[in-house]
Amino acid sequence: MLTKRIIPCLDVKDGRVVKGTGFVKLRDAGDPVELAAFYDREGADELVFLDITASSERRKTMVEMVRRVAERIFIPYTVGGGITDIEDIRAILRAGADKIAINTAAVQNPDLISEGTELFGSQCVVVAIDARRRIRDDPSRGWEVYIHGGRTPTGIDVRDWALQVEKLGAGEILLTSMDRDGTKDGYDNDLNRTVAESVGIPVIASGGVGKLEHLAEGIEIGKADAVLAASIFHYREYGIRQAKEYLATRGISVRLEY
Amino acid sequence: MIAIINYGAGNLCSVEKAFTYLGYRAFVTSDPKIVSEADRVVLPGVGAFGKSMERLEQAGMIPVVKEIIASGRPFLGICLGLQMLFQESAEVFGEMTAKAKGLGIFRGEALRFETTRFKVPQIGWNRIKISKESPIFHGIKDGSFFYFVHSYYVKPAVTELVACTTEYDIEYCSGISRGNIHAFQFHPEKSGQVGLKLLKNFAELN
Repeated sequence: MLTKRIIPCLDVKDGRVVKGTGFVKLRDAGDPVELAAFYDREGADELVFLDITASSERRKTMVEMVRRVAERIFIPYTVGGGITDIEDIRAILRAGADKIAINTAAVQNPDLISEGTELFGSQCVVVAIDARRRIRDDPSRGWEVYIHGGRTPTGIDVRDWALQVEKLGAGEILLTSMDRDGTKDGYDNDLNRTVAESVGIPVIASGGVGKLEHLAEGIEIGKADAVLAASIFHYREYGIRQAKEYLATRGISVRLEY
Repeated sequence: MIAIINYGAGNLCSVEKAFTYLGYRAFVTSDPKIVSEADRVVLPGVGAFGKSMERLEQAGMIPVVKEIIASGRPFLGICLGLQMLFQESAEVFGEMTAKAKGLGIFRGEALRFETTRFKVPQIGWNRIKISKESPIFHGIKDGSFFYFVHSYYVKPAVTELVACTTEYDIEYCSGISRGNIHAFQFHPEKSGQVGLKLLKNFAELN
């Protein structure tokens, strides 16, 4: 039986991991390779690197990082953040990433999704969607897609967009609730369920995890195929192994032997 | 020396890097001559069946792959590199309505998962049930997890070919093995320690 995936997300700037680098046991906790290797040993099923570099050297530093990760890490990983065109996608995949995540560029140019999947296969094109409730306390009013790191509303309905990206060939959806991101109140599982039950491709839930119960809820209530979290893992509030053991006690199928 | 066949598809460098990490000499090549002279050969691949067969042909690799397989040199197919060993695929190719033709080394075909209960493609970690003893599984426990990404699976005409199976709505063939030919639906180069072990076993095959 296919297991549910637990995915730590690492924020990277200028080739360095910038958040939650309080790992005492690591020689250099800001090194993406060391951190990735650590998560691999702990049993992470996949990794997501989110690049927040703003400089013009962004692509170069990202590709360099991906190349270094590829030499030591033999589990799947996705690279997202600031990818604007096919050349970015090509460079990152060539350097060794398994998947790329596109967000703003996909909304501005949906053809990028179909071009990317035609050239490299659906399996490596993840569309990241930042969603915000139209009415905070009323999920029945739906969610709106935001771009530019959550700064720009687009007017597009999240469910419509999810269906469209699936049609364009996206292999997975990385769905972040902007209402919950950073709150530690748990995922927006109305959002997760709405999207997961609408599309036939896997949905990765993101935004709001503060405790292990939230991961379970994302799967049980939100119907997500994979759960992503950042701070609870980075700040060592919980370990990956601990999270997986907890999910197993709830009857959720996870990979515990590695 | 391990040659990894490059026919313009997929993420080939992770297979190469995995062998390098393990201390073996491996390289990606699109030169049929180099492939035909290698000690062992890997046929990787992700993406569409018909397109990949077309590229393989354009690269002049089809006779070479057949030659390697006939020679008894260790051969490893990964993902689409498993599916292409069979006669055909139900995967539609472009405007064509006919089934895409494979290498035809083995009888059987690639079929799409017909499931309403599960998502297609299958993406993630799943177990293998080892159905045939083979040096390729040396030190790998029955029930081990590997990483899968696929919408199609192979159905060999003869069950003796099946090396391992996996459950995804149905129980399907996730690996085949005959003599020195081994091919798997999962990605050993993306399956952590257990995947590296399988690649090491391949590199050590006699």
